[in-house]
Amino acid sequence: MPATLVTLRQSHIRYRDLISELLRKELRVRYKHLSLGYLWSLANPLAYATLYYIVFAMIMKVKTPNYPVFLIVSLFPWQWLNNSILVGPMTFYGNAGLIKKSMFPRFLIPLVVVLQDLIHYVATLPIIFIFLLVYRIPLHISILWSLPLMILVQFIFAYALNLFIASVNLFFRDLERILQLVMTFLFYLTPVLYSETMIPEKYQPLIMVHPLAPLMINWRNIFLTGELNLEYYLSSLVWALGLLACSQFTYRKLEWRFAEVL
Amino acid sequence: MSAPIIKFDHVTKSYPLYHHITSGLKNLILNLPKALREMRSQKFTALRDLSFEIRRGETVAFVGRNGAGKSTTLGLIAGVLRASSGSVTVNGRVSPLLELGGGFHPDLSGVENIQLNGVILGLSRKQVAARMEPIIEFSELKEFIHQPVRTYSSGMLARLGFAVVANLDPEILIVDEVLAVGDAAFQKKCLAKMSEFKKQGVTIILVSHSARDVEIVCDRAIWIENHVIQADGPSAEIMKLYMGEPTETQG
Repeated sequence: MPATLVTLRQSHIRYRDLISELLRKELRVRYKHLSLGYLWSLANPLAYATLYYIVFAMIMKVKTPNYPVFLIVSLFPWQWLNNSILVGPMTFYGNAGLIKKSMFPRFLIPLVVVLQDLIHYVATLPIIFIFLLVYRIPLHISILWSLPLMILVQFIFAYALNLFIASVNLFFRDLERILQLVMTFLFYLTPVLYSETMIPEKYQPLIMVHPLAPLMINWRNIFLTGELNLEYYLSSLVWALGLLACSQFTYRKLEWRFAEVL
Repeated sequence: MSAPIIKFDHVTKSYPLYHHITSGLKNLILNLPKALREMRSQKFTALRDLSFEIRRGETVAFVGRNGAGKSTTLGLIAGVLRASSGSVTVNGRVSPLLELGGGFHPDLSGVENIQLNGVILGLSRKQVAARMEPIIEFSELKEFIHQPVRTYSSGMLARLGFAVVANLDPEILIVDEVLAVGDAAFQKKCLAKMSEFKKQGVTIILVSHSARDVEIVCDRAIWIENHVIQADGPSAEIMKLYMGEPTETQG
């Protein structure tokens, strides 16, 4: 085998081992004190779903049919994205020990953090399927390809934002509070709790320029109607790749200073 | 003579004063003109124009007072820091900088930390698994090895740190003051292990304040004082200078 192929194969193994070891670490750190690991990863999203159900279906009485299932199919992916963004400030900061002590590709940490959030989202899928069954909403065969496509685009979104926030937060340590505020705003201004058809006519064109609305609308539709809106999907993809380019650029500019500021 | 495994060529390392920005975006914006001015004009120079070569198999101690620039030098060798000017060349697998407690995750057990550090050092998971037993045995931590590292005493951390670094076959072994906290028996064991490495031709870089340790392990010592190399030579001579009267030899 030529030398380049050998090194390519070696670096492939190295990355694979690094990712799996870092992922184990993240999962262990998160669940160390909890024997109920899997149940715990369901408890949080379900608790929020219950809360929104009480407020919007029981108290405010929104007319959306099958509100519980309507809610969770977009709320669960939102929570994945939300978690990946809000842990961003800690991604590098919380791994100061590793970063200061040894040289390895730092971008693997955000990759693993988002991978972990993806695993938690996948863990909630059975709940979604049970709800669909209970509400007698048939699953469409298209879910077989639309679900992986949605996971892919959202993964890029989450990774790009986590990497960007993680890098910048080492230099500006008060990002965390700003982020909380931004994400709360975004949550209520994105059609997750309500349907996009409830948005007043004159604001409808804003959906196409909204970074997250097309993404969330597609998340809901692939489960409820089986339709993946291509225009919306392309919009999400453009946002995701654009953010990825920005955050890669920022990361490359700042990476070598990480050990200095930690 | 063999080729240098580590080469510093007129290396200078300076840090901007990061506190202006790390104290937060809000503070930076409120004090923008002043902060920008100070960040441009004021820099902290940790190392100034350092040049030296270390050959494969050499055993070198870095000595000097706290804040002289030893840790920065090690950071540059390990590749976690980048020189501001000049060039640093390293041709070998460097052990992680396991000084007191650093590099370990407090919530992971000893075993889990060994796995993580091994893979980060560049070994495959299989290779780490094969070395697990000797590492645990060397550390003498016994059943504590399955406890979270945050419950360890500083001596136990040092044991784990040295056991990991010593058993992962680094080509360049960096030992940063780990010896100071272990008990006498463990210190002896570490020194014996380092002597064994030395015979095998592993390059060893030691930071220590103990003249005895330096002279046992290292043939050569580099004394860093006020961010420059004060003296470089056989360890016995350098340690005599260093331990003698540091105030007189300055300047």
